[in-house]
Amino acid sequence: MSDAGLFDRLFGAGAHQVRVDGQFVHGEAQLAGRQLAVIGTWNSAAIDGDLALAVAGAVLAVVGADAASGTAPRPIVFIADTSGQQLSRHEELLGINGTFAHLARCVDLARRHGHPLLTLVHGEAVSGGFLAFGLLADRVCALADAQVRVMDLRAMARVTKIDFERLQALAAASPVFAPGAANYWRMGAVDELWAARDDWAHCLTAALSAAASASAQDGRAALGETRGGRSLAAPIAALVDDA
Amino acid sequence: MTLRRVSYFEASARARVAGLMDPGSVLEWCPPQQRHSSPHLALLDAPVAFDDGVMVGSARLDGMPLLFAAQEGRFNGGAVGEVHGAKICGLLRRALRERPRAVLLLVDSGGVRLHEANAGLIAISEIMRGVLAAQAAGIPVIALIGGSCGAFGGMGIVSRLCDALIMSEEGRLGLSGPEVIETVQGVEEFDSRDRALVWRVTGGKLRRALGEASDLVGDDVGAFRAATLAALARPSEVRDLERLLANQQALETRRQHFAEARDGLEIWRACGFAEPEAVPMLAVDDFNRQLAAGQAGGSI
Amino acid sequence: MEKFNLEFDSPPSPVGVRSTLCGVVSSGNLEVLVEAGEPSHVCRVEVNTSAVGFRDIWQAVLADFAASHAAGGLSLAINDAGATPAVVGLRLAQAFETSTGGPT
Repeated sequence: MSDAGLFDRLFGAGAHQVRVDGQFVHGEAQLAGRQLAVIGTWNSAAIDGDLALAVAGAVLAVVGADAASGTAPRPIVFIADTSGQQLSRHEELLGINGTFAHLARCVDLARRHGHPLLTLVHGEAVSGGFLAFGLLADRVCALADAQVRVMDLRAMARVTKIDFERLQALAAASPVFAPGAANYWRMGAVDELWAARDDWAHCLTAALSAAASASAQDGRAALGETRGGRSLAAPIAALVDDA
Repeated sequence: MTLRRVSYFEASARARVAGLMDPGSVLEWCPPQQRHSSPHLALLDAPVAFDDGVMVGSARLDGMPLLFAAQEGRFNGGAVGEVHGAKICGLLRRALRERPRAVLLLVDSGGVRLHEANAGLIAISEIMRGVLAAQAAGIPVIALIGGSCGAFGGMGIVSRLCDALIMSEEGRLGLSGPEVIETVQGVEEFDSRDRALVWRVTGGKLRRALGEASDLVGDDVGAFRAATLAALARPSEVRDLERLLANQQALETRRQHFAEARDGLEIWRACGFAEPEAVPMLAVDDFNRQLAAGQAGGSI
Repeated sequence: MEKFNLEFDSPPSPVGVRSTLCGVVSSGNLEVLVEAGEPSHVCRVEVNTSAVGFRDIWQAVLADFAASHAAGGLSLAINDAGATPAVVGLRLAQAFETSTGGPT
């Protein structure tokens, strides 16, 4: 989908000033009378240090501006479209993991400053690129056909030395390693799935109010247990916590 | 206290815990006797471990109460699956209630366990939030890295969220492992069999020079213990907007400064080491001394 | 993976057995979990191994262990990732010494 297409559907034509610079998404939008900040990555970005810092810088700018003006912290809509982290020796040398940690900390700072945080996954959300910011939001929404994964099944078959056909068969029965937004929904990491025919502006309005009232606690393991996709995470954590 | 040097690299996770903590103080939760193994590995007909590759519990360090998690790098590369991750998440949640002096993460992990990839990825995100929550509650989290798997993938991100990051030269820290980069981008990009290069790009001396590791120690459990005590004596960092803006600036400056760098030699030269090629051979104490002297004129 | 349970007569183990875990499940290696069991003259072993078709060899290695140690009343659980008989024997001896208060 073109950038204008997505943002028009989310916020309404003319009701946003969201720009895509290369693979960096940033800008403002208005929805149901509220001002929103929109920040993220685009076109299956392989996120490198520069892009991670651009996203982090935009988050800090929103936090700083609202703190300085004393206005209510604006909701931040993260647009996550990433094929993962940039694979390069240069990025590793300079500590891309540390830059991602910095980005994660900026997202957390925004939460602590009271900015409701929402992520929309519309293309793909893969591995380290998803960990750095998208997965940390208070509410994660995904288009039903979005690709959410750590690795595709063929690559996984190579690494784990398990037959591709066998993985495919197991993937049909278990959400634990098969790619797909629906599996992440069942496991509690995606809160809601939006269908192509849905009114996305309506969905977003509702999701933002859910993000604004989200608990400060991480409820994903409990959600995954309720939805039947991740039955051990919550009880095992509770065993350690309550022992 | 024995003076015998015990290799942190060679030791198992359990041996590291035994060597680090005060004798007799270790208490474990979800111990192997309870057999919380991974059902997902079993379903794929892969070997399981009774502790799913991580030991979590409480202990004392010089009398101070701590919580700890120790990953076993030799079991599935210390990779994080559903049970493994949940044990660490439960520990971090417990920290909020129990308020120990600190949480120690003995990281030895390649990241997400592919056999249960989605569960592993989500668990790492939960660990990240758990670390951030503990820190926000004033409980420092300290990462120790010196095992055969280092800290990669999501655990490389988790490690860099920590208040202190103690590494040995043998320890490695990054996001994508050299093998992954070589497989995808080719051997010209990163030759994963060139051990010296791998250590110059991901190893403890490089990470310490960049300031990503707070401490560089020898490959000795006792040295890790001493560095942990020293880290606990330092005041913990305030992470407000002002501080994160400063971090942002520092990271941007680093990228400008090393826009083309692909080898740790360039970093060491910039840190004031007169002979960067000799850095891998330097004893830890000499390295730390020369780094301090080089940075007296301004850090990178 | 192949799973089976074996039992061996063995002299009663010393009193005060500490439950311990020895070894790591990595290629060519195994973990042995020792716990107190019963009856006092029988050593029970639960084997979970990635090497399919070696039950006879396990039988021999474990019988040798049960004959040479006072392992009665011990219950052993093993997760194995293809260890050789020599490694298995060594790990069993280590696990026994650690759990019965021998040198660690």
